[in-house]
Amino acid sequence: MRRVYFDNNATTPVLPEIFEAMRPYFSEHFGNASSIHHHGQETRAAVERARESVADLFGCRSAEVVFTSGGTEGDNLAIFGLAVAGDHVITSTVEHHAVLNACKRLESMGCEVTYIPVDGRGLVDPADVKRALRPNTKLITIMMANNETGILQPVEEIGAIATEADVYFHTDGVQAAGKVPLDVKKIGCDLLSISGHKMYAQQGIGALYVRKGTLLQPMLYGGSHERSRRAGTENVPAIVGLGKASELAKAGLENGEVAKIAAMRDQIERTVLDSIEATGVNGDGAPRVPNTTNIYFDYIEGEALVIALDLKGLAVSTGAACSSGAIEPSHVLTAMGMRPDRARASLRFSLGKQNTPEDVDFALSLIPETVNRLRELSPVYNRTAASI
Amino acid sequence: MPKQTIAVAMSGGVDSSTVAAMLRAEGHEVVGLTMQLWNQRRLAGHAGMPETSQGRCCSIDDVYDARRVAETIGIPYYVVNHEDRFERDVVRPFVQEYLSGRTPIPCSLCNNHLKFDQLLIVAQQIGADSLATGHYARVEFDQARGRWLLKRPADTSKDQTYFLFGLTQEQLSRTLFPLGDMTKPEVRELAKKHGLALAEKPDSQEICFVPGGDYKNFIDAYLAEEGESLPDTAGELVTTDGKVMGEHDGIHNFTVGQRKGLGVATGSPLYVIQIKGDARQVVVGNQEDLYTPTLRAHRINLISVDDLSQPMRVTVKIRHRHEAAPATLEKSGDNEVLVTFDQPQRAVTPGQAAVFYDGDVVVGGGWIA
Repeated sequence: MRRVYFDNNATTPVLPEIFEAMRPYFSEHFGNASSIHHHGQETRAAVERARESVADLFGCRSAEVVFTSGGTEGDNLAIFGLAVAGDHVITSTVEHHAVLNACKRLESMGCEVTYIPVDGRGLVDPADVKRALRPNTKLITIMMANNETGILQPVEEIGAIATEADVYFHTDGVQAAGKVPLDVKKIGCDLLSISGHKMYAQQGIGALYVRKGTLLQPMLYGGSHERSRRAGTENVPAIVGLGKASELAKAGLENGEVAKIAAMRDQIERTVLDSIEATGVNGDGAPRVPNTTNIYFDYIEGEALVIALDLKGLAVSTGAACSSGAIEPSHVLTAMGMRPDRARASLRFSLGKQNTPEDVDFALSLIPETVNRLRELSPVYNRTAASI
Repeated sequence: MPKQTIAVAMSGGVDSSTVAAMLRAEGHEVVGLTMQLWNQRRLAGHAGMPETSQGRCCSIDDVYDARRVAETIGIPYYVVNHEDRFERDVVRPFVQEYLSGRTPIPCSLCNNHLKFDQLLIVAQQIGADSLATGHYARVEFDQARGRWLLKRPADTSKDQTYFLFGLTQEQLSRTLFPLGDMTKPEVRELAKKHGLALAEKPDSQEICFVPGGDYKNFIDAYLAEEGESLPDTAGELVTTDGKVMGEHDGIHNFTVGQRKGLGVATGSPLYVIQIKGDARQVVVGNQEDLYTPTLRAHRINLISVDDLSQPMRVTVKIRHRHEAAPATLEKSGDNEVLVTFDQPQRAVTPGQAAVFYDGDVVVGGGWIA
């Protein structure tokens, strides 16, 4: 069966050139980067080259890059590395659970947390952030791009507020990396986390930008790896892959690759909205990353549509999977004030570099007939249709 | 059977797993579905409930088992979330029935409102022609009557038709019970033959969302979690002739036929005969007072016949483990029937189902008023 993957915000395939860059670091160059001998020197050099590539993507110095196991660890390190009991932290209601649940934990540790709401387009109002500041505010953590909707928050304005108030600013850049520029100076952030597997490197690697002078309490204790900010032997092949991925991410923004993805995303959006009634884009009117669209198909269960499309070869997603694998209603769409039934009727299409115009044609050949089939069998749709 | 696309409701147990394996081996396109119905963590740690999540309903282990089976036999598998509907149509009514002095059967509600309604719709939406489950029952089309029939299974010790009386003709027409002609040992044998690791997994018995079967604790914890207080339904314990014997602490703590925990001591054993919800009275009496010759059932679903214009000779089951008793069935009102037993029956319990049989064929059923 032909299979098309439009769930790149969940994870991306490892690109062949990234895999090739990693390959020598499994069996050939296998040294522990902390070893003093030849083998260690080889891998140390590779790790530091990768660090430079990531630093180049961030627009920072390589000493300001800490390798982590991924986005969740980066978010947690930023949050628990700074906030202590008695501190106040500002975040938003649409953050990834890596931030939201870390903030909930902060509350149980004796911190105060303000959750800034978003408007109907999914945007945080920087004025709300400013108003939420307190004398004991230690940290603002607000994401760059939302994983479900792709909506870009006004992080530069928030960065300016944080700078003025002399408060740390962390931004979760996991869904922004490779899709929009990550210029930490321009954003004005002190910390920024990224994840390798959202940008064509492997799962289990990530990086955190930590601005020089930021006193971060480590979460893992051990050797003096990562300038004592994250103990543990470096995952060299993964780090090399993330370095390569960072180079490609930066290049993709300039060589037209990302623009091509945007064109495909726009075509899906336009065609779906034109050909299927009672549909719309969630977060329409807000700035968004170029690869993501979150579309509601009124009167259907998004879950059933995801399954029906998967059985026909198209992989997309809805909401967030809970521990059993069932879909829970999206806290992001709910926070945007959306009716629960519309939130459940929403699907996320997230495209990637491996997708082609043929993939888009395939998807568009499936979506309308599948949606129509679901609606024909939907009690809600039939009741609504009957009442018109 | 011609090759079809069939959705299988998979619970992670041996029965539904075997159904999936059988249908797959017969060459059908099989899709495994598990319903996420209840979040076990919700009430964990509430008054009287275990600190950690327990209970069988949607436990992660069962989903894990179902997923492994799907992977073993090579079928796509999905978990679908119906927590909202389950709470609205099963959990809430379950609590309400107890608080009104009745004894509910959540499994029938779940079959009527979730498994053969929501899940069947999902099955159709994803392109399946029918939904197969691991129930022990048989479904077949009767040309003469032009109706779909629900019949008892070959293994009468596993008969689950009592819980399925609410199925409509439309639902039955899209339902498969592949275990209807098999015995449980045969099913376990077949599971082994298909290499399913859970062939020896024990059967589930209790109400899936009530850990340990303690429904009183569940009701307390559920209401507390919902921020509602337990309504005060305390009142009098009275005899059948109206004499006050003592007091009780809430009608939901009693079930018709119950002997223990009445809090009064007399020479002969006392039983709960009736629960008068409005008066908050629990009526107690002797063993023989438990026997009644008739019952009324309402919210009737008819399966083998489309109407009850004439009184009909049937056998009637008034609880899952009851041996169907001969009776005459007649219409007694709008959506209501009168059942007159040949011999009085013990502990007819409001809230339970009365299911009518003509031999092995389920005529229909309703809820005991």
